[in-house]
Amino acid sequence: MGRTLIEKIMSSHGGGECDPGDVVWIDIDNRTARDFAGASVVGNLEKYGGDSPISDRSKTFFTFDCNVPANTIPYANNQQRIRVFARKHDLKVYDVDAGIGSHVVIEEKFARPGTTTVGTDSHLNIMGSVGAFGQGMGDVDIAYAFKTGKVWFEVPESVRVTLEGLPADGTEAKDIALAMLRRFNSHELLGKSVEIYGPWLKSASLEDCVTLSSLATEMGAIIALIPPNESVLEFFGITRNEAVYADSDAAYLEDYTLDIEGLKPLIAAPPSPTNVFAVTEKTDVKVDGVFIGSCTNGTYKDLKYAAELLRGRTVAPGVMLKVVPATRATWARLLGEGLLKDIFDAGGIVSNAGCGGCASGQIGMTGEGEVQISTSNRNFKGKQGKGNTYLAGIGTAVASAVLGRIASVHELKEVLQ
Amino acid sequence: MKREMILKGRLWILSENGKLFSDIDTDMIYHNAHLAVTDIDKMGQYAFGNLEGYRDFSQKARRGDLILAGDNFGSGSSRQHAVDCFKALGVQAVIARSFGAIYKRNAINSGFPIIEFPDLPDEPFNQFDQTELNLENGTLSAWDNRYQGNPMSEVARDIYLAGGLFQYASTM
Repeated sequence: MGRTLIEKIMSSHGGGECDPGDVVWIDIDNRTARDFAGASVVGNLEKYGGDSPISDRSKTFFTFDCNVPANTIPYANNQQRIRVFARKHDLKVYDVDAGIGSHVVIEEKFARPGTTTVGTDSHLNIMGSVGAFGQGMGDVDIAYAFKTGKVWFEVPESVRVTLEGLPADGTEAKDIALAMLRRFNSHELLGKSVEIYGPWLKSASLEDCVTLSSLATEMGAIIALIPPNESVLEFFGITRNEAVYADSDAAYLEDYTLDIEGLKPLIAAPPSPTNVFAVTEKTDVKVDGVFIGSCTNGTYKDLKYAAELLRGRTVAPGVMLKVVPATRATWARLLGEGLLKDIFDAGGIVSNAGCGGCASGQIGMTGEGEVQISTSNRNFKGKQGKGNTYLAGIGTAVASAVLGRIASVHELKEVLQ
Repeated sequence: MKREMILKGRLWILSENGKLFSDIDTDMIYHNAHLAVTDIDKMGQYAFGNLEGYRDFSQKARRGDLILAGDNFGSGSSRQHAVDCFKALGVQAVIARSFGAIYKRNAINSGFPIIEFPDLPDEPFNQFDQTELNLENGTLSAWDNRYQGNPMSEVARDIYLAGGLFQYASTM
């Protein structure tokens, strides 16, 4: 009997021949913690770690991205506590300038296809975008991984989702993720390892894969694994033989198909990412603010697209446009190519790299009644303030900022540059 | 500290429109505004601070209470605070139809019992009924009613009995 992708990754990391439901101890290639919960990881290691709290310092590092630079004293204290610990044990810190940890781990090519990564970020399963295992865990688990290099894991059931057909022009990876949320809600894939296939993924960019995988958490899935395509292999400079794929006769608990032929842009209305509508159903909603960024839609490709759409246009009067590149490298590239000027000239606010709008108001919270369009991944009540947050792709976010109401990218094209 | 496999206590039922409250995410359990807190004893006051209808939970909860909720309890972020805030208040266990995956791990690793009852009806008992939860065989009972859930997994039981992941590891 063949093996699914997650079974093969677990097997190759110390899990042996394992079946769904088995609890196995797996070796972790990249052990990370953020500024959020990182201080508790340090606390656990100081309490339980003994004289050698780090098993392999070359595989262990901190990534600050949640509250960068710290805008509260408790966060500043936590970050400093981590720095002091890291200096003592000679661990690398990707500090407040670096950007979102999950993206840094891919950018630095630590999370290669078939590897394992854990950290204190619930979207660390974004590694599924490169056919690798990643998982967000709490501070106890992560401290344990720092100390021993291992975590226990219950091998999840695998399901296969095949995306059939190709979406309409102007539809993005985010819209496809929203289509999956609409189809599966937050319960159907709960606790599952999801492998995604289909013709659209053959030509998808690494950034598209990141966006799609980043919503696995909101689907309740353990991870959304995308078998590496040509663009992902090219990014890592490897061949198919060096990546890991499921066996062709692997057994899946369920085999789903989702028709995305001609799919048009979607939007998730408050209060949950599964409350999905066509953008055209919501065009009467007036908008107060737009946030572009996050681990879901903060890559160079995303922000380049936003800049190109904004070039020569202006944000509607009274609308805030807040833009946060995912990483410092993204920032540098946008700066070098003059794309930040397009965003600035259109009336946008560009902040330093990091998690931005998702975490403790790095680029502002929303007030009662305020309507925000966000390219991020969560719109639960109270998550980003008292306001009402809608989740959408880059095109919808930019069009809504320019028109001052929810709008699709197709409507934007009617606004002349 | 002795760890019991049979927990007796008052039931705190979380409901919304007459149904067991589902999709309670970690921001509703423990809002991100208080994430910089690292002292467990200070986390209790924020438990359900962002959950409609239960914002005063921390004042009304008593040590020994058991929480009951619907599907997908603890979805969302990886914050350990969302487990620790209940430990701080002396809550003995959370019972739900299902849990978010990360939440489940966090609870197991810190030795906090959570039990899944996939088939639990919406009105199993009355608020504050005295109940008995058997972790070994996964049953919940009060008066003459008895419900069957999923017994604790072997790993979860071992870590619970050891008092947490680190304590468990030292016994390996």
